[in-house]
Amino acid sequence: MQFPESWLRALVNPPLSTEELCHLLTMAGLEVEETKPVAPAFSNIVVARVLSVEKHPDADKLKLCKVQVGEMSGSANGVLQIVCGAPNVAPDMVVPCALVGAKLPGLEIKKAKVRGVESFGMLCSARELGLSEDHGGLLPLPSDAPIGHDVRAYLNLDDTLITLKLTPNRADCLSLTGIAREVAALTGAPLALPEVAAVAPVHDETRAVVLDAPAACPRYCGRIVRGVNAKAPTPDWIKQRIERCGVRSISALVDVTNYVMLELGQPLHAFDDAELAGAIHVRWPKAGEQLLLLNEQTVTPSPDTALIADEAKPLALAGIMGGEHSGISDSTRDLFLESAFFAPVAIAGKARALGFSSDASFRYERGVDFELQRKAIERATQLIVEICGGQPGPVVEAVEPAQLPKRAPVRLRTARAARVIGIPLVADQVEKLIGGLRFAFTRDGDDFVVTPPSHRFDIEIEEDLIEEIARLHGYDNVPFEPPQGRLAMMPNAETRRTAMQVRRLVAERGYHEVVNYSFVEAAWEADFAARLTNEAAPIALANPIASQMGVMRSTLIGGLVATVAANRKRQTERVRAFEVGRCFLRDATVTGGVPGFRQPLRLAAVAAGSALPEQWGAPSRKVDFYDVKVDLEALFAPRQLRFEPTQHPALHPGRAAAVSLDGEAVGVIGELHPLWVQKYELGTAPVVFEVHLDPLLVAVMPKYEEVSRFPSVVRDIALVVAQQQPLQPLLDAFRETAPAIVRDVELFDVFQGKGLPEGQKSLAFRVVMQDTERTLADAEVDVAVAQLVETAKSRFGAALRN
Amino acid sequence: MDNLDQLVTAAAAEFAQASEPAKLEEAKARYLGKEGSLTGLLKGLGKLPAEERKAAGAAINAAKEKIESALTARREELRRAQLEAQLAAEALDVTLPGRGQDRGTLHPVIRSLERIEQLFRSIGFEVADGPEIETDWHNFTALNTPENHPARSMHDTFYLLDEAGKVQEDVLLRTHTSPVQVRHMLAHVAKHKHLDPMPEIRVIAPGRVYRVDSDATHSPMFHQVEGLWVGQNVSFADLKGVVADFLRRFFETDDLKVRFRPSFFPFTEPSAEIDVAFMSGALEGRWLEIAGCGMVHPNVLRFGGIDPEKYTGFAFGMGPDRLTMLRYGINDLRLFFDGDLRFLSQFQ
Repeated sequence: MQFPESWLRALVNPPLSTEELCHLLTMAGLEVEETKPVAPAFSNIVVARVLSVEKHPDADKLKLCKVQVGEMSGSANGVLQIVCGAPNVAPDMVVPCALVGAKLPGLEIKKAKVRGVESFGMLCSARELGLSEDHGGLLPLPSDAPIGHDVRAYLNLDDTLITLKLTPNRADCLSLTGIAREVAALTGAPLALPEVAAVAPVHDETRAVVLDAPAACPRYCGRIVRGVNAKAPTPDWIKQRIERCGVRSISALVDVTNYVMLELGQPLHAFDDAELAGAIHVRWPKAGEQLLLLNEQTVTPSPDTALIADEAKPLALAGIMGGEHSGISDSTRDLFLESAFFAPVAIAGKARALGFSSDASFRYERGVDFELQRKAIERATQLIVEICGGQPGPVVEAVEPAQLPKRAPVRLRTARAARVIGIPLVADQVEKLIGGLRFAFTRDGDDFVVTPPSHRFDIEIEEDLIEEIARLHGYDNVPFEPPQGRLAMMPNAETRRTAMQVRRLVAERGYHEVVNYSFVEAAWEADFAARLTNEAAPIALANPIASQMGVMRSTLIGGLVATVAANRKRQTERVRAFEVGRCFLRDATVTGGVPGFRQPLRLAAVAAGSALPEQWGAPSRKVDFYDVKVDLEALFAPRQLRFEPTQHPALHPGRAAAVSLDGEAVGVIGELHPLWVQKYELGTAPVVFEVHLDPLLVAVMPKYEEVSRFPSVVRDIALVVAQQQPLQPLLDAFRETAPAIVRDVELFDVFQGKGLPEGQKSLAFRVVMQDTERTLADAEVDVAVAQLVETAKSRFGAALRN
Repeated sequence: MDNLDQLVTAAAAEFAQASEPAKLEEAKARYLGKEGSLTGLLKGLGKLPAEERKAAGAAINAAKEKIESALTARREELRRAQLEAQLAAEALDVTLPGRGQDRGTLHPVIRSLERIEQLFRSIGFEVADGPEIETDWHNFTALNTPENHPARSMHDTFYLLDEAGKVQEDVLLRTHTSPVQVRHMLAHVAKHKHLDPMPEIRVIAPGRVYRVDSDATHSPMFHQVEGLWVGQNVSFADLKGVVADFLRRFFETDDLKVRFRPSFFPFTEPSAEIDVAFMSGALEGRWLEIAGCGMVHPNVLRFGGIDPEKYTGFAFGMGPDRLTMLRYGINDLRLFFDGDLRFLSQFQ
């Protein structure tokens, strides 16, 4: 809502500067979003009359003007010679004239010679004064403008445009009256609203009004005004005020309806009475009914959109926009004026659904004062008759009182207000504050029974009144209370760790955290999660911001691959990045949370480029599976992960593993599939892992085990097995069959090549044996080692390497 | 006896000249070895008269001790020299960089969230989480924003398509973290229904939220931190106290003004926007909007299963992206979602 400060001050004029007034509004919840002067600073510009215009002797486009600027100008007879290049300069024209010494935006006027002719000032366009972008010629002023007067004062340019950013609950401040009422309540300054008297009818012609949809329209006032001059010019004062509210001047009739809307808050509509047939109905649309709107859009209104219609046809979308055919034009002679109340629920969302918004619908859906209609139609009639002439008929008012909004009394308890706001309050204070709002109330001890006024749609419960009290008391006057509560220690489970702690662990291992978008390209879902076909379609957004953000991700891998690619483009080849975030999957079995959707939090990481940062003394080597595997294992340590070969759409089929913990699947790790390395231009294959976050939030409570006082015995064994033999089954078999004295069997070398048969490899294990009760005898150590070797031989066809 | 003195002097001189252990041992042999000069003198003692033998023996032994002590001293000298030479040879260039893996970083916004969590934990707030695909009921209805409420147009909401390609009406991407309020209240009430009064709710809920908006200062995905405190006597003054305290701790300065300005949210009443202004620095004196807040609307408490006559509460929702930008002087929101390691690696 934009308005000129001068209009507000005409209604209420507290002794406050512009800045103080704006602060007051902001701190009362009517946020001042912007203030700007109507005109930039300039001085010494006066109203002048062009007396004569002659051709410049030496320039085709310049003219030599004699200009009357009044006695104040310093010239003896008040007439100056000025050279002017404006195309529209003409004798008898009244224009702004900058005198010698005048300061304009970026310009100072001096006595000058223009192509050899002396010039004592400058005639100004609107653009030169900073009033608009119009530089088509001089700014014409009314012929009765007082010659020699300061243009700033004459055009009321020492004014400020104030823009309020109103919250949806304060529709009552979508008018100057509403804002003035608020300022009066806040400051106690007297309110001087314009007198609106009923305009006596001079004939008795009317149109019947029938409320066929009273829930949508419980009150409708209509009036015929005959014989108006639709071509009458809009008076400057109306034009200036509506233009300073950001409303374009169109014609006197339209301008008046807009003026009354801005002044009182009541949207009005004027029909060309000649286009109407019979009674006016406010009704629901018939099936298939169409209407061409003023914005040249043809709509088929939905069944719950009320229409204004006559007996033959629809005329307007009620409270939203008028129809093209029944609107007024320059040739309109007879008017039918509408001033109605439409219920917010009947209007809400309708214009948006049609893809536009209008001043009327914006106001109606937030709530227009339902007792304002008659006053507004009288005000509009008064102005129309004044400006355009015409003969008004009587006002016809159709009303369905039962359907008008209710204003049920609300009880306000002083103690409750004090408790919620957190300040001491006494009933007398509360009484004064409510009184300032001019709300009707009765007092009942320390309670107040308040009947909200018809212009407020946001006072229904006690909290609504408490908010008014807090606002008027001033949020600034509520203390900053240090919080008080019962002290109790927060639980701090040793077997849990936070996602933040997990993130820190990942970062410690050289990964940088990224936050990627949750919506991704559909191609990523196809490539990295094989989601393209219908049975596994990704979750698509109905209104994505861009097509490459069209679907919800079901894996974090796509985002990390993009991170690698983007950094490569910025010459960062070595990338180690991770993300903790949600993935999104449809799952009909999910009934809690949001039914039908699984939204697990996951941790994923990627490592691309060299294994270590470029450094001396360590050979440069590309990161590989095992470099990243150890990072993943470290996150879960001391718990042991298991890795099984797996197939995953994102990963190299021979270099991918399913990761599990205690038999539960937790994620995958592997090298990116070569196809994607090529497609996403990654150079070399990054290694990625993606695991569920939940199991990482578990920490292990340390468990004490006695430290043996007896020496341990270490034996190494080297076993030759088939090259494809994975390690894990061997370790599992050792664990299963080893005697109790074997504490640990660890692989310490893998060798293939010289000295070994084709297709075989050697695995070297270090076996640690120990007993807590005694020193081990050689014989039992030998038996234990033999047992391990036997297991390897019998189950895996292994041979002892000599 | 002069001979002996000369012998000691000569031995000492020879030892001193021996530049390495082998040469020293050769010199030692010349004096103390089987064929050595001193050994020869001792052997010759037997030829002396008995009365001279004792004195001569004592003199020779004294000389021998001197030579042995010179030998030991020289041996020690050589050992030390050798160690020094070895140490000198082993010297490292200590200015060469250390080896191994670098350290990574937390995302700057996550780093802020961590600090926010720590600050609120320190006054007894728990941390809660909630789904990002959210039901329309939790995101709007239960927050006192029924269908067609004008406040719904304050949020440009992302909706989803169902499997048939039609817009799914009942779910959306959450537009704020406020639905976690409702989820948390319901869970809290269920957990403590046997207690009267129920324990206070003190919780924050950080997370990602989504709005159809994208330009230099808006991202279609951003972060929010929801806060909720419900108890028997929680007031707007408490809200002001907690939030102002938080902001001063977060920015680690008292050189900060905090302003609560009346505003409107369907789910709080009274409602406020929170503005901060720094009293120094590049943004000196400018009011910056950083959070919305208010007293929890009675309807929301009821949706959460809580009697608004008995309990009151406050809630706030603030923007950690904005807080992070202010804290570190970052001027472009888009950097947060860009994955640029040159940016991210600065937050060590």
